[in-house]
Amino acid sequence: MICIRGLEVRAGSFSLRGIDLEVADGQCAVLMGRTGSGKTTLLEAICGLRAVIAGTIYLKGRDVTHLRPADRGVGYVPQDRALFSTMSVFDNIAFALVVRRWDRHAIRRRVLELAEFMGITHLLDRRPAGLSGGEAQRVALARALAGSPGVLLLDEPLSALDDQTRREMYKLFADVRRHTPVTILDVTHNLAEARHLADRVLVLENGLVRELSGSAYTGRIDPTENCLCEGGQTQASASGPPGQVC
Amino acid sequence: MSCGSSTTPACPARRPGKAASDVPFFIALTILAGSYVVLIAAFIAADVLFTSPGHLLAALRSPEIRYSIRLSLVSCSIAAILSVWVAVPLGYLLSRAHLVSGGLTRRPITARLVQMMRAIVDTIVDIPIVLPPLVTGLSLLILFQAAPLRQLQRIFPVTYAVPAVVIAQFAVACAFAVRTMTVTFAQISPRTEQVALTLGCTRRQAFWMVALPEARRGILAATTLAWARSLGEFGPILVFAGATRMRTEVLSTTVFLELSIGNLEAAIAVSLMMIIAAVAVLVLLRLAEAAEPFWRSVA
Repeated sequence: MICIRGLEVRAGSFSLRGIDLEVADGQCAVLMGRTGSGKTTLLEAICGLRAVIAGTIYLKGRDVTHLRPADRGVGYVPQDRALFSTMSVFDNIAFALVVRRWDRHAIRRRVLELAEFMGITHLLDRRPAGLSGGEAQRVALARALAGSPGVLLLDEPLSALDDQTRREMYKLFADVRRHTPVTILDVTHNLAEARHLADRVLVLENGLVRELSGSAYTGRIDPTENCLCEGGQTQASASGPPGQVC
Repeated sequence: MSCGSSTTPACPARRPGKAASDVPFFIALTILAGSYVVLIAAFIAADVLFTSPGHLLAALRSPEIRYSIRLSLVSCSIAAILSVWVAVPLGYLLSRAHLVSGGLTRRPITARLVQMMRAIVDTIVDIPIVLPPLVTGLSLLILFQAAPLRQLQRIFPVTYAVPAVVIAQFAVACAFAVRTMTVTFAQISPRTEQVALTLGCTRRQAFWMVALPEARRGILAATTLAWARSLGEFGPILVFAGATRMRTEVLSTTVFLELSIGNLEAAIAVSLMMIIAAVAVLVLLRLAEAAEPFWRSVA
């Protein structure tokens, strides 16, 4: 479970204040919002990568507000995936287990299990530099899941993928959810992604998180702007890119 | 809109068969850029033509010059190692200071203090680069005459001794190494380290396991640059370590000493040795970069 109460974080001159958010165990919530609304900043605060000025963050019932990122039990997939370029795919996935000093055979078993699940067994000896977007995304996801985190935080995981790969990733995410009891918070601009992945759609707007009702986010999408608005109605947005909440 | 249409005012028609060529542009660039390359090649060629194998052999047989070669190799290597030893942490801190002000601290005053410290340190590190070399040497000399260090010199002599050579080389070369490492770490996204933190690393582990391996090319470049700068250092060594034969004589001071006694042949021969050493270092650097995929596959 992710539970945030009155959170205040700062990123340079930008700050988020009074953020409240709740995602139940095993749920997948998608957080949408305009560029610059603070979605990534919020994810970083949950990960422990940004100092919390006020408020509390509970993950799996534990107050983790001032814990180190390592002690929070989160898996984080940033937008650029941030794979370790000097390591092989195997070593990338094994990283969390090596740090936790798992036995060598147990590491190998776990990595092979995850690689098979993600369909990347044939990539284990490769370096991240030569991977396609979809392959890199699978590796990043496997790496984040290796340590069996209770919470998975995804920052626009499918933003740079083509339609075919995106569809494959929807299926993969569904499989992940079936096989692991992980709670997911996914940041995205894309309404179609929200529809495919989310149990709930949240919108971060003017420093507030509000929930879109089921009828809202399953509503009609404007074919020209792919833009969702309050009350489930869609309308063309002059400034927002396609797929954004306006 | 068709560019071939002669009626369109925004896109005037070209005479058929008269395509604009890029060749004059590239010729102009080549002439401008090539003049510098030709200058370097010309003065190296002049050195080579001036000297002869006999002069080189004679220089190599001279005990003073052999001592100077040995001391240069040892002092440059020590100065380069010390430079990288300092440049890696300093470059890392300078390149990551913005993260603290960007949200790693809860207190705005701490963030401002970190930014201010960063600006001050950044400026201080640049001083040896912009300072005249003689002034660097003189400043070191004055520093080591100050009370606490003067006492230390009674036990461990520095001024006008071999340690002064290393310190003088280090004082200048390190600034270049720090610049190289700052740029290197700035080009490495802090995101990989942040992901490592969420995967269970401490900051120290993230640095050793993620940031440092990604910076290996920069470390190699910083080492080479520091070594080459140390080899070419003259002003600070002359003032701080002196130019005593068979004692504090390095290759750059040998050139000066041979010139001062009118032995032009020996001075040019030693200059040529320094050019060969510099080229060898650069070739080694390029080879190391080229061989990286091979070593990766071996690993």
